[in-house]
Amino acid sequence: MGAEFVILSLAPLLIGTFAAVACALPGNFLLLRRQSLIGDAISHVVLPGIVVAFLVTGHSTTWPMMLGAAGAALVSVVLIETIRRLGRVDAGAAMGVIFTSMFAAGVLLLEQSDTSSVHLDVEHALYGNLESLIWLEASGWGSLLDPVALRALPPELTRMALTLLVVSLFTWGFWRPLKLATFDEGFARTLGIPVQLISLGLVVTAAIAAVAAFDAVGSIIVIAMFICPPATARMMTNRLAAQIWWSVAFAVLSAVLGYVLAGYGPLWFGGSNAVSAAGMIATVSGLMLAVVAAIGPHRTA
Amino acid sequence: MLAQALLLQLGYNATLVALGSAALGLAAGATGTFLFLRKRALVADAVSHATLPGLALAFMLMVALGGDGRSLAGLMAGSALSAWLGLLSVSWLTRHTRLAEDAAIGAVLSVFFGFGIVLLTVVQTLSAGRQAGLESFLLGSTAGMLFSDALLIASGGLAVLACALALRRPLLLVAFDSGYAETQGINVHRMDLAIMTLVMAITVVGLKVVGLILIVALLIIPAATARFWSNRADRVVLLAGLFGGLSGYIGAAISATAPGLPTGPIIVLVSFAFFVASLLLAPGRGLLSAALRHRAYQRQVHLRQGLLALAQSHPVYEARTRRILRRAGLMRADGVPTSSGHSHAAAALRDENRWQALRSSAHLSELSARDDGLTLILDVLTPDQIAELDNRISAQPKVVS
Repeated sequence: MGAEFVILSLAPLLIGTFAAVACALPGNFLLLRRQSLIGDAISHVVLPGIVVAFLVTGHSTTWPMMLGAAGAALVSVVLIETIRRLGRVDAGAAMGVIFTSMFAAGVLLLEQSDTSSVHLDVEHALYGNLESLIWLEASGWGSLLDPVALRALPPELTRMALTLLVVSLFTWGFWRPLKLATFDEGFARTLGIPVQLISLGLVVTAAIAAVAAFDAVGSIIVIAMFICPPATARMMTNRLAAQIWWSVAFAVLSAVLGYVLAGYGPLWFGGSNAVSAAGMIATVSGLMLAVVAAIGPHRTA
Repeated sequence: MLAQALLLQLGYNATLVALGSAALGLAAGATGTFLFLRKRALVADAVSHATLPGLALAFMLMVALGGDGRSLAGLMAGSALSAWLGLLSVSWLTRHTRLAEDAAIGAVLSVFFGFGIVLLTVVQTLSAGRQAGLESFLLGSTAGMLFSDALLIASGGLAVLACALALRRPLLLVAFDSGYAETQGINVHRMDLAIMTLVMAITVVGLKVVGLILIVALLIIPAATARFWSNRADRVVLLAGLFGGLSGYIGAAISATAPGLPTGPIIVLVSFAFFVASLLLAPGRGLLSAALRHRAYQRQVHLRQGLLALAQSHPVYEARTRRILRRAGLMRADGVPTSSGHSHAAAALRDENRWQALRSSAHLSELSARDDGLTLILDVLTPDQIAELDNRISAQPKVVS
């Protein structure tokens, strides 16, 4: 746990953890509202958004790409609602129609444009590059107090920390209306809570978390963290506050354990190369879900 | 160039791909309809993503046994096995825990896919220096498709189609009314499993052409498209097969015309184009026909109100009503009714008066529910009933003026 750990693993570990928690928080409410697959849809549609942003600006800077991704997420939500209402297509199918078509359009745009000069491809979009987010300037734990070295931290870390802050503030600040609107929409409305607005705010928050995390760690972690930790937590308790804390714990555990297993696991088995950290984090969260589904105290009710 | 591609004249490989894709699209469209009507479209997404670990494991197993690991049949078998496991997991989680189906779908999808990615990175390190090419199954890749591959895809697709058609009656019954199906002695759970097994088979067959991320589109989009064109389930199945087959064929043809046009995404986009066209243009459920219907209805209301106003010598102020009356040759520009306007207005007033008389009639008043302000009483009553109403009207003091 010396200098090597700080340089190679500290930043990815923190980024992975922040991303996991930022997705798990709104995931709890989405789960209870049976909108879990929004995370799935958003993570598919950000691809065309990112590609279009790249084609418009001509280089792969972060902010235009995040804006493009957010724009695409918004467009997809509008399109899904439109064909659901106007075409009277069932919600799941409407979602399936839009996110596959937008993803296909993204792949096509990517193939048609010359993106060989930048790091932009489908695989990157799917499983990110967590392992490459290293902190080269660090020389040991002491670097945490060294402003010069701190400035060279991967920008994803700051962004992810900010995102986590925003998501936490939303959850904390709107706790009561969120809770009421989630469990009893009719009652919430009689109390004068703007249910529609809360619902929209939740989707927007989820989209912010998804887009930021997508940029840093790829879509597979986003989908897994939206669903697995909250679903696992749901089978541990009947109280919402406790469920949120459990889900945070599961998210952190998945991120840390997954990253460590991906980086060091193969070495223990005599391999020489690390495996995909994003994939391993999703796998660990799934294993925890499986265990709790088998023995959790509230797995049935 | 496109015409050539559509006529299968762009070479051997393009022809194979086009025919294989058409068969796949046909089977996927028809099979997906049952899933769509059962409103479980997104379970297919979980199933298709769950193929990835099996794909990688099958590759590793075949390499360990001394092969080169690229036999399509072997890879298909492996992916079918893990898709089956994923399907069982969704079904188990929904039945035995408190989690809703969408959460189970999302969990299985992400975890199986994540584990598959882990295995893919293992494969990459195992076959260092040798391209395994398993990534091509994420989005499909038709370059270098072999005759045996195309044959496997086409025959697999058609076999699934045959099974789906053989099971269509119980499947449709379950899709529309699972409670009733149960009373008819159909095992609903088993039928759901059957639909999903067929879906899984389509996924596995489609891996090579459209890849595991987009195959779900071929199951959902043609069915949703076909639904705009018919209210009869058997026709929806047929039409979905047609739209799916056309998308596969046209998509493969377009992708053969130029480089940088990946087959899978193009097929999906072609089927989406069919969807949008149907959403707009389909008779009955399409947006255009709904808009036209709405306009025709509005016109009828304006016409009727305008005629009643003319009959009672009230001035017509509403601009649209005036326009409609003038276009129909019932009113002059200065607001005076024409001779045909007079007779139509009188007819409208007579109709209105008869409806009013009907409401106070003892034995006909229950028909007043048919009075929506537009239906002609001549279409509701027999001539002798109308004569009876007319007698009542002339016996009373006049209703109007």
